[in-house]
Amino acid sequence: MTDAPTLPNSLRSGPDDRGHFGQFGGRYVAETLMPLILDLERHYRAAQADPAFKAEFDDLLKNYVGRPSPLWLAQRLTDHLGGAKIYLKREDLNHTGAHKINNCIGQILLAKRMGKTKIIAETGAGQHGVATATVAALFGLPCTIFMGAVDVARQQPNVFRMKLLGAEVVAVESGAKTLKDAMNEALRHWVANVHDTFYIIGTVAGPHPYPQLVRDFQSVIGDEARAQILEAEGRLPDMLIAPVGGGSNAIGLFHPFLDDEGVEIVGVEAAGEGLDGKHAASLAGGRPGILHGNKTYLLQDEDGQITEAHSISAGLDYPGIGPEHSWLHDIGRVRYEPVTDDEALASFQKLTKLEGIIPALESAHAIAAAERIAPTLGKDKIIIVNCSGRGDKDIFTVADALGVRL
Amino acid sequence: MTRFTTAFAKLRPALVAFITAGDGDTAANLDALVEGGADVIELGMPFTDPMADGPAIQQANLRSLAKGTTTADIFAIAAAFRSRHPETPLVLMGYANPMTIRGGDWFATECAKAGVDGVICVDVPAEEDPELGPALRAAGVDLIRLATPTTDTARLPAVLDGAGGFLYYVSVAGITGQQQAAQASIEEAVARLKAATDLPVAVGFGVRTPDQAAQIARVADGVVVGSAFIDIIAEHGDAAAPHVEAFTRTLADAIHSAKEIAA
Repeated sequence: MTDAPTLPNSLRSGPDDRGHFGQFGGRYVAETLMPLILDLERHYRAAQADPAFKAEFDDLLKNYVGRPSPLWLAQRLTDHLGGAKIYLKREDLNHTGAHKINNCIGQILLAKRMGKTKIIAETGAGQHGVATATVAALFGLPCTIFMGAVDVARQQPNVFRMKLLGAEVVAVESGAKTLKDAMNEALRHWVANVHDTFYIIGTVAGPHPYPQLVRDFQSVIGDEARAQILEAEGRLPDMLIAPVGGGSNAIGLFHPFLDDEGVEIVGVEAAGEGLDGKHAASLAGGRPGILHGNKTYLLQDEDGQITEAHSISAGLDYPGIGPEHSWLHDIGRVRYEPVTDDEALASFQKLTKLEGIIPALESAHAIAAAERIAPTLGKDKIIIVNCSGRGDKDIFTVADALGVRL
Repeated sequence: MTRFTTAFAKLRPALVAFITAGDGDTAANLDALVEGGADVIELGMPFTDPMADGPAIQQANLRSLAKGTTTADIFAIAAAFRSRHPETPLVLMGYANPMTIRGGDWFATECAKAGVDGVICVDVPAEEDPELGPALRAAGVDLIRLATPTTDTARLPAVLDGAGGFLYYVSVAGITGQQQAAQASIEEAVARLKAATDLPVAVGFGVRTPDQAAQIARVADGVVVGSAFIDIIAEHGDAAAPHVEAFTRTLADAIHSAKEIAA
């Protein structure tokens, strides 16, 4: 008898075979969807083992999305703050302007593999909707995007983009008419069309295997950043910072570093008007519950009724968070900090003026946290901040908040 | 004998009637359902995000929550119903979060205390049974499982494992209150399910008229009607009870006599 090899203690091996990260995650869906979810998992396992799948994914990321995205040393921001050296991972330079496209490429390849002929997605601000409509156009598949009627009204440019790309945009009139309701309606449509329809979920939430596969597709962010910082500095960073709504850009950056003990990791939640008022900070202000197919931290009342989230950033305006983040929070591997609308607005303007980079309001939350933390660290320290998207889509919101009439 | 076995042991198919707790005068509507001839009552627990429901029941959920209906209110409604109607089986139907937020054990205990016979949880499939199943079974409350057109023969044993009360066949892949399934597909499905379980099989989703209900009742042990009651309550508000009772009677007559006509 030989000794069994000791398995390395890794934080990167989740979820378990039932889709759980600790107590979080899982497959809390209606029976109608369950066989489809199991089928998706089988196809994803097969795709992972198929070199041709990875080759096609990598080729599209390189030649269509424009990867790798640069790792930019933000020298003027660094000098201004007078502390740790700040690098920006430039996901804003991707085709369609954010990290969302990485995941959409991966999922549409899965849809093709499964023989599905129709694509649906939910969207809040419209970024995931635009990215989904983009890959649907590229692959010639009909696409329906569910978007809350309130978001349709306040995000007209993205609605028009999706329509130009050939997508049908359904304005969802139920509930509060925002992202959560769009996801409910997408699930309702999916349940009635399971035979031919693939649902491209936009973040690391939903039933297993979505949180895992979205994370895997987004991990290109962290894999690249790791190689890039080693080349630029010859060592790993001291800290990572990324904004967290559902948390796909954040987990994409974090995951390849989870086992590097020397790398401190900070996720930034949207504190909206402040944690005492309306906000979208599920970890700081919520507790574990079940919604949209997974168990995770949710904003809810004592009876488990979901409460409305608020953030100036539509991409963070969701009352839940991906289950792996809930787990990383509970075990203490990642520290989650709140940033308010006002702080994000100030950082939006500061980064634009200092670096000539207009960040998405989501990304501005991470910049604000970096502004808070960098001055407390020595100049020999290195921080990588995920600039998850560009802010062109947000100029109307920002103008409105600043009292400027366009 | 549980209340379910008694209700389904009658020599006729059963009417399973659904209304949402806290939407309209729930106590009066429940009495009207029993008076009109409903055999099993499903009481919906309102939730902010009813992902499996069509517009009618979504709106009923929102109307109820807007009036401030709490989980405590629902158990009070259930307990009062049980004291007025000792015989009629009562099922709570809803979504996982309100049922599990204080823990499955708490929920199961409250169900037992209130005289609830069974629970249908839309978004806890067999794979997540530990969330509610063990607690309900320990408390003597039946966990009623759903089978759907996508539940294939290979998967069915997993769905039936731990199931109690009756088996709810969701006849269309879709949401509540929308289109009805073809009769032939229902007959085929019910035959397949009954070959796999001794539990009574009730068929629902999209059943809105006495004629539809009678058709299904010829092959099933029970027929579930929900959205059609919700529409009546939406139209008549707090004065809906007489209308609910009249509609229940036409449904119950059609369902109860369906097999006599067929024979």
